[in-house]
Amino acid sequence: MIAVRDLTVRFGLGADVVTAVGGIGFDVRAGESFGIVGESGSGKSTVLRALAGLVDDWSGAVSVAGAPLPRRPDRAFRRRVQLVLQDPYASLHPRQTVDRILAEPLAVHGIPDADRRIVDALAAVGLDASFRFRYPHQLSGGQRQRVAVARALLLDPEILLLDEPTSALDVSVQAEVLNLLRKLRRERRMTFVLVSHNLAVVANMCDRVAVMTGGLIVEQLDAPRLAAGTVTHEYTSALLRASAGYDRSHGAHDAAMG
Amino acid sequence: MTAPGTPAILEVDDLRVAFPTRGGLVHAVRGVSFSVGREKVAIVGESGSGKSMTGRAIIGAVPRTGTVTAKRLAFDGMDLLALPPARRRALAGRRIAMVLQDPKFSLNPVMRVGEQIAEGFRVHGIARGAEARDRALAMLEAVRIRDPGRVYRAYPHELSGGMGQRAMIAMMLAPGPDLLIADEPTSALDVTVQAQVLAIIDDLVSRSGMGLIFISHDLDLVARFCDRVIVMLAGRIVESVAASDLRRVSHPYAQGLLRCVPRIDGGQGDLPTLSRDAIWRAEGSAP
Repeated sequence: MIAVRDLTVRFGLGADVVTAVGGIGFDVRAGESFGIVGESGSGKSTVLRALAGLVDDWSGAVSVAGAPLPRRPDRAFRRRVQLVLQDPYASLHPRQTVDRILAEPLAVHGIPDADRRIVDALAAVGLDASFRFRYPHQLSGGQRQRVAVARALLLDPEILLLDEPTSALDVSVQAEVLNLLRKLRRERRMTFVLVSHNLAVVANMCDRVAVMTGGLIVEQLDAPRLAAGTVTHEYTSALLRASAGYDRSHGAHDAAMG
Repeated sequence: MTAPGTPAILEVDDLRVAFPTRGGLVHAVRGVSFSVGREKVAIVGESGSGKSMTGRAIIGAVPRTGTVTAKRLAFDGMDLLALPPARRRALAGRRIAMVLQDPKFSLNPVMRVGEQIAEGFRVHGIARGAEARDRALAMLEAVRIRDPGRVYRAYPHELSGGMGQRAMIAMMLAPGPDLLIADEPTSALDVTVQAQVLAIIDDLVSRSGMGLIFISHDLDLVARFCDRVIVMLAGRIVESVAASDLRRVSHPYAQGLLRCVPRIDGGQGDLPTLSRDAIWRAEGSAP
């Protein structure tokens, strides 16, 4: 479904050039849920943005949904590939009602029957029709993220790109949103690429995981290996140790190293 | 409620915080009681549980429209709500300090980081001139910044998140407070940086013997980091346990909070979700 070869993304010019992604490759099969983990600045979100067609300047060979990733994504591409971002406060228009937010992609793509589709999309993410005429500030964080997911689903995409979809949410709400995403993927046979700094979220949601640091993939492993902690790269084990929670002795040790 | 052998530095009895809204009074904190000695106490709960507002009420940073009442809110024996505003302000920063989640919003963006720390020494009359500068550099070293000279001269936007949060902690701890209120101090940081920042707080708290109130939604984290854990829901404390007993909490809400966290070795099934029983909110007396 997705094939990435030697993807390189650079920002800036001349002496200021920054290599955000330094020539990486991976494959995502149709219907698979693929995770990318890493810390701030590892390049994981840039990879996702590139797959969404939001990065202008990249090199390498990338194919998405059976076709080369277009330099200027058209509407047909957008229908097949949708993106959900971390912060629903920032990704929903603050002065538009939920109804208007959800009507827009339908209008842009000339899809008829907006009324029914909006109600259906809200129902699919567990919101009843009473949410239609509310503004984003009248919703909780979890409800907002559900609206963002509903908007992505309206176009019935094959691929859903998720950038830290639950890191702005409480753990209790995170569980609800993750369960919802899992259910939607199963029902609609979607392919997921999920970017997160949280290994536990990725372990819960993904079939396979790529670990990124410094713009490179240092390790790819499947869910059972991640769960068992059988990792090969030093950086992955450091991430696993840090994710295991605070440990007085380790904390001091890692800090001395850092 | 205090750990044995440590006199309480902070006593909170029946703390309430309310805000007027168009729909009537909203009770953010509805009768919270606890005390803190020279120990690490965690307050955990979901957004809107009142945990942050409890911390703000202690340091006196509740938004102006809010009303704070308590049977007793005492710091080192002083009744905070009866103190003249000027004395209350002097306590905040000097003896009670607060570290917030995001250093981007707590550091002055147009002032060099070192100057901000040195300013703390000057404002509180602890040190002046070159001595304030040297002590600020020493604080940056204490939070394990490798090149304190460079960071001293840097502006906040030139620092990474972890570095900014360390600078923030250096600033807050500079006057040597007796009580540190840390509101989600590591939630905006990467896990590896999180461990470093926690180790720094842990070290400084243990060495100086100050009290720590650690506000967080991360139960796993506080279970390892703190001595005691207070669980809040809808403005009330529903449970208070030793951190080592966190796995044995009895309140269904507290149990639910623990169970809904995904685990690396937890498999891929649906996560348990929290049922929000209306009875929990109504528990105890009406506000």
